[in-house]
Amino acid sequence: MAAGPEIIPYSEVRQDLWRPLSGASPRYVAMVFFLLAVSLWGLFSWGYQLHEGIGVAGIQRPVFWGFYLVDFVFWIGISHAGTLISAILRLTDAQWRKPVTRAAEAITVFALMIGGLFPVIHLGRAWIFYWLIPYPNSRLLWPNFRSPLVWDLTAISTYLMGSTVYLFLPLIPDVAQLSQHATGWRRKLYRALSLGWTGSDREWHALERAMKLMAAIILAVAVSVHTVVSWDFSMAIAPMWHSTIFGPYFVVGAIFSGIAALLVVMAIIRKTMHFERYLTPHHFNNLAKLLLLMSLLWLYFSVAENLTVWYGNEPKEMQVFGARARGHFAPYFWIMVFCNFVVPFVLLGIKRLRTIRTATIAGVTVLIGMWLERFIIVVPTLARSRLPATWGRYAPTWVEISISAATFAVMALLYLLFSKLFPIVSVWEFEPHPEEED
Amino acid sequence: MGVQVNEQTKTEHRWGMAIDLDRCTGCQACVAACHAENNLPLSDPQSAAKGRAVHWIRVDRYYEGEFPNIRVKYMPVLCQQCDEAPCEPVCPVYATYKNAEGLNVQVYNRCIGTRYCGNNCPYSVRFFNWFDPNWPAPLDLQLNPDVSIRESGVMEKCTFCIQRIQRAKGEAKEENRPLTDGAIQPACVQSCPAEAMVFGDLNDLESKVSRLAESGRVTHLLEELGTKPKVFYLQKAE
Repeated sequence: MAAGPEIIPYSEVRQDLWRPLSGASPRYVAMVFFLLAVSLWGLFSWGYQLHEGIGVAGIQRPVFWGFYLVDFVFWIGISHAGTLISAILRLTDAQWRKPVTRAAEAITVFALMIGGLFPVIHLGRAWIFYWLIPYPNSRLLWPNFRSPLVWDLTAISTYLMGSTVYLFLPLIPDVAQLSQHATGWRRKLYRALSLGWTGSDREWHALERAMKLMAAIILAVAVSVHTVVSWDFSMAIAPMWHSTIFGPYFVVGAIFSGIAALLVVMAIIRKTMHFERYLTPHHFNNLAKLLLLMSLLWLYFSVAENLTVWYGNEPKEMQVFGARARGHFAPYFWIMVFCNFVVPFVLLGIKRLRTIRTATIAGVTVLIGMWLERFIIVVPTLARSRLPATWGRYAPTWVEISISAATFAVMALLYLLFSKLFPIVSVWEFEPHPEEED
Repeated sequence: MGVQVNEQTKTEHRWGMAIDLDRCTGCQACVAACHAENNLPLSDPQSAAKGRAVHWIRVDRYYEGEFPNIRVKYMPVLCQQCDEAPCEPVCPVYATYKNAEGLNVQVYNRCIGTRYCGNNCPYSVRFFNWFDPNWPAPLDLQLNPDVSIRESGVMEKCTFCIQRIQRAKGEAKEENRPLTDGAIQPACVQSCPAEAMVFGDLNDLESKVSRLAESGRVTHLLEELGTKPKVFYLQKAE
């Protein structure tokens, strides 16, 4: 793959990166309407579920959690794209991060907005979801702080607020520039969002400090968020859930799927917005190597998880292990291994094969594999409950499938709208200004 | 017999049940009685196949030996009213908690339906209301007025017929006398033709259930999990 990015004059950079903001091609409009239709179908499905009762989903006793929880963990995992990439690279001052960070940070915020919805969607009485929020109710009863679900709510709302700030901070110089050039409602919007940014030295220093601080904070929050998500499972005494490895295992899986999502999104941006000069093979090469590293880490954790269970040979755990590795769920299990390890290892591990195209393919298979991984974690444990007389099955209904599909549409839709309003590649970071610490 | 206060719990009563597996014939009278007493929704083969059937008490079957020398053992399984109940800490809204008499109670109005308790119950004795309940006529006319109807989206489970406990306690108080052992019979206990089930106060050391709980035949279901159930299964050691 090619060497580092070429040096492009700043005026040209601005012109290139602002181009997608104006006008809308028929393809763009068609895509927006298509995604809107899928999203609305998902909304209708949820309305149907609220009206009829959650029984319209395929969950049953003892598989009380199904697609919704799988989607929840998946999307929270995707949200780790932005923070980890952008915060680590920002803190280590890696220069190649510049065209990548905004795209990654936007994934974080949108994936969190979607992931955070699933715990509500899956509630039996979703209309009183706010009973989970930590404040005393009219009888002065607080929620139960011993419940991992309350930890979850706290962690995810903290993460959502933090990552929104983290997306917004580096956006300020860009919207300030835009407000000088835009007209009409856009000008008003950009001016309001720029918070009166004038570009003085003091402002640059404050922004630089704030971004560094937020990067450090958001890293800690991101790690804790997915650990807490994993504790939803590992705090329970169910076989193969009750595991000390789940915290780091989930964090690694989250970063893994996050990088995969970022690769796919970047490939789409590069193609549709013609950012070939900004998102270069250099960036894809670096991210592909990161993906390969995470794939190996994922394999390490998966082996550690499964080998200890198999070697320990504890009957209740072996029931779940058997159902996963060679029983009812075996096809999903082995597709997961193929998608998460074999594909990235071959395509990205062999240097000659590592191109933008193969990195994108690996990104897609990892996304599929990581979704299956969450399915493999959530469902088999519940289906093989401790008393064999209560074993159950699970198959999703059209409601669960519609809502799950709609969230992908919502993600794409939010991304399309965001990239029409704001430059998806940070413009000011290309500007050579003396204030930037190097 | 006087009222004995348990030093550990400082409460007047601590309810428990003994089930003699050597007596159980697997007739399912307990299941039917529970349905009638506790306004359980009816299920049909379709909903049962979907895993949506609700039975606060069920009879599990265990087969021993090779055909034709086969022995079937029956085990009625209901909420074990664990002292260390795994379902309790995971509920974010305190919909399930331990009451003063050691019962693991479910407050339907608090439940928001996370179903976490159901996942964390190793006995799988928690049931969810997937839809609003509905009884085909004329069964809708025979609902028990002492037991609330559960709406769509909340968890439910065996209560040890808490309505009968409350009624017996109320009557005893009105008549200014202590509760007598055997005055409270949950529907399953009352209907068991083999008299395999005994309910009573574990704080009353003279009660029948207390004496059975001391029997050498006592086992607990999934005892190794340390849930400390208050259901005692009696069976002859092989």
